[in-house]
Order: sequence, then structure tokens, then C-alpha cells
Amino acid sequence: MIGQFPLLQKKQDGKRLVYLDSGATSQRPQAVLDAVDNFYKEANANPHRGVYTLGERATEAYESSRKEVAAFLHAKPEEVIFTRNATEALNLIAYTWGLQNLKRGDRVVVSILEHHSNLIPWQQVCRATGAELTFLYTGSDGVITQEEIEKKITKGVKLVACTHVSNVLGLVSPVQAISVRAHAVGAVFVLDAAQSAPHLPLDVTKLGADFLAFSGHKLYAPLGIGVLWGRQELLEAMPPFLTGGDMIESVREQDATWAPLPQKFEAGTQNAGGAVGLAAAIRWMQSIGFEEIARREQDVYQYAWQTLAKLPHITLLGTEKGQHSGAISFTVEGAHPHDVATILDADAVCVRAGHHCAQPLLHHLGLNACCRASFAVYNTRADVDALAESLMKVRKWLGYGA
Amino acid sequence: MGLEQIYTQIITENSRSTEHRYQVKDPTQVVEGVNPSCGDDITLQLRVKDGVIDDAAFLGDGCAISQASASIMIDLIKGKSLKEAQHLSELFLGMIKGTVTDDDQLDELEDAQAFRDISHMPARVKCAVLGWHTLQDAVKKADSGEKVKP
Repeated sequence: MIGQFPLLQKKQDGKRLVYLDSGATSQRPQAVLDAVDNFYKEANANPHRGVYTLGERATEAYESSRKEVAAFLHAKPEEVIFTRNATEALNLIAYTWGLQNLKRGDRVVVSILEHHSNLIPWQQVCRATGAELTFLYTGSDGVITQEEIEKKITKGVKLVACTHVSNVLGLVSPVQAISVRAHAVGAVFVLDAAQSAPHLPLDVTKLGADFLAFSGHKLYAPLGIGVLWGRQELLEAMPPFLTGGDMIESVREQDATWAPLPQKFEAGTQNAGGAVGLAAAIRWMQSIGFEEIARREQDVYQYAWQTLAKLPHITLLGTEKGQHSGAISFTVEGAHPHDVATILDADAVCVRAGHHCAQPLLHHLGLNACCRASFAVYNTRADVDALAESLMKVRKWLGYGA
Repeated sequence: MGLEQIYTQIITENSRSTEHRYQVKDPTQVVEGVNPSCGDDITLQLRVKDGVIDDAAFLGDGCAISQASASIMIDLIKGKSLKEAQHLSELFLGMIKGTVTDDDQLDELEDAQAFRDISHMPARVKCAVLGWHTLQDAVKKADSGEKVKP
């Protein structure tokens, strides 16, 4: 597997690179790099503009990528909007559906697990509309209970936005229960799939979401390409987010009409190379198969949990129970996460340290910062062993002696 | 850069020292400093009398580098005038940015010179400068006569 990832074969100061930060961004397989390279060498022109052969080739590459993303999500191509990332997709919903549909007295519910991308847009929209922002809280184990769902998602809630998988705790949220409850009270359900897309199948016909957002770069695709999926009737009723070239039907001096979906939400020149890379990444994942991806990742995840749990001075966050994916966070007694990350880096072990763009969750857990090891399909038990070995050096470097 | 250049004895010992971690009695300036990349925050408290830092201490959480840096900073500025404190902070930030490299000049920073190598570690610069930026805010407040209410 690692043989397919050029960067993972590089050494850092003569040491094997142990990349455990795929929750922040994944590495890219050769198949994706080749697809992007090939687009720019063989088909580069501005999609939807040139009527010449090369222009048509660019349009074909871009639109066939959309079809592949749609098939991946079990959605219609016109429901797939290309964005820069999940953050932009979530902002799009907030600034179009949110500003149009929310008013004073309405409530928006998010979970305390959200990373800032699925929190701050809702804070802003609530501030602008006078709607109230409330939270689904978890216990110290990070679990959202059915009781909490029923207590918080009640009449008057117009929108529920929740992460599919916590980027800090790696826990899979009770998406079905939240969706059922949201729809029962007449709310729209936004699913942030940024952390789940690389790990779990995303079938929008089964997930019960009305909107779904993810980033390509966490899914082996290039940086700068993301996806918003929305139910067609909702997208059609929404005003455009960004306006300008390409998203119009016809323009007069004082007004304009909008292009049909999905172009209405794709103003300006798009990242066609990124879209091609995203489709290639999805093809690459499908060539391995989601079952095989899950089997490999679960093996490494379980091994990592068991290994880290046995280490002295290490505290794992969250719970061993429940369905997990992607990430394990921890603290080292007496050592600040930034120091841990610096010390691990000397062994070429890459982990994230800080608040992981989820400050309210960390405060809820009584922490300022923590370390996170996050996994992708290319990680192995050997990576976990390297992490554990390096972690044992941390306190020594900080002067604790052991 | 090797870890031995970062986690020197001066830094690890000062990071765990509690000598300057306390609540200052009747502080004149209380200023919070936040590192947005990690959420670390420290609160610097000064008691300034006649333009001289009569007492100084800090509270809050942070990594070894930020804590050691704040602790060594307080060692340096206690008993000094606001003007001297401002001068030292400029010297320290200049050292980290690599704009002040003259050894004789940097000698004024005493133990704080232990952070000189952090300038080669961009990811950790914010940790080293957290306390010093907070000090500059506090000096600015003191200079403008802004005081906390007793």
C-alpha cells in the first residue's frame, strides 16, 4: 500500500516517515497524482466556456468527475456542488438556506463535538437572524445519548447540524437517531462528513441527511476541492451563495437570472483539476473496496487503542465502546501536547497537537489541547509501534527522568 | 534541529518551576495572552509602582516552551522599569525573528537566550513569544495609565 504513496516513502532525517495526521489531510496515491497531472497535460481549458475541442475535453473531465462523485454518494449529479472544501460547503448552506429560512425564535442545534467549520457558520447565521444556537452535549465519554437528542431537538428547531465522526474522539455519531428526530420536528439535517468520507460509505439515500459536506483532501484527493450535496428541492429553492461568471442564465444591466443546478452554486472558474483528482481518489478507494478499507483501518485502530492504553502516563480521550473511525486523542501526563508533537517529530512521527479546531469540545472535556493520532488506509501496526516507542521518550526529554 | 537544542536543562527546569506562578497582590495590570493555534492562554499580572515593575507573575496553561519563556521573562523584568521591560521584549522578539544576532546585545537577555534556536522552528515560535507579546500589551496599558480596578 505504502508503495502507492510517493511521499510516504520519503525519509525524514534518515528515519521512516510515520504519518499519523490523516485527520488533518491525507497523503495522495500515485493514481491521484497521475490523474491531476494528466488533466493539466491533456485536457486543460476552462470548463463550460470554450466551444473548441480542448474546451469540450475539459468540460467532459469536470462533469464526468461530478457523475463519479454523485455515484459515490448515491445521488443525482445535479445535486453535487463542487466547493473548495467542507468549510465552504457548510458556509454555503448557512448563508443561503440559513439566512433565507431562519428567523428570531427559531432554534439551530449542533453537537458539542463539532469542529469549527460546522460551528462558526451557525454562530454567524444565528447572530444575523436572531435564531438561537443550542448544543447536543456528550458525557465525558463523548457519546451523544438518545435522551439528549430527544431533549434538545424539539418543536421550534429548524436546523440540526452534526458531524458524522468526531475529528477528536473518532466516535461515530448516532446519525440515524438524530436525523429521525430532526425530521420529526420539521428540521433540516446537515451532516458534516469531513471526517467520515475517507472511512465510511456515504449513501445519501440511507443517511437521512438533507445536506452533506466533505473535503476531498482528507479522502486522498488534492487540496482545494470539496463537495456539497443537497436534496434537489432544497437546492432549487435556495438563492445563490457566490455570484458572477458561470452561475447565470442571462444577465441584463440591472438584474440577472440563475443557471440551473448545479451551476447556480459554482460561480467563477472552478478547480477542475481538483475535481478530476477527487474522482480518481474515489476510483482508487473503490479499487480497494470499502470493506477492505474498513478491515485494515479497524485493525490498526484497535491495535492503537490497546497499545496506547497500556502505556504509562498516557490518557486516552473518549471511550473504547461504540463505533470508531479515524482518530484517537490522548494526553501525556506532565507534557504539553505541543511538546509531545515536537519530540515525536524528532522520530519522524507526525501527530496533531492543539485544539484540533474543536475548542468548545476540548473545553467541554476540561482540556486546552491534546494530541491526536489519526489514521488512513495506508497506516499499519508498525506505525502504531513507532508512535508508542517515541511516546516513551517524551517525559524524559522534558526532564521527568522517566 | 535536534531536541537537545530545544529541551535544554534551562527550558525544562524553568517550565516546571512554580516560582513565578501565583496571584500578584493588588496588580495594576492583568493581561491575557492567547495562542490561537493551540488555545493556550496565560495571564500576566504586573504591579507597577512609579514606572517600575514591583511584582510580576503569571498563571495559565501552556507547553514547556511557553511556560519556561514566561517564567524566565518574569525573572528578567522584576524590579526593572517599564522602559527596560519594553526594551527587553523587543530584544527577545528580535532574537526569535533573527533580526538581532549580536551576542553582546543578546547577553542582556541572560537565560532567555536559551530560546535562540526556536527561530529555526517556525511551528514553535508562537509558544516562545506568547509571554513576551503579553508583556508588551501590559506595558502599553501601564504606559497609557490603564489600570485594573482594585
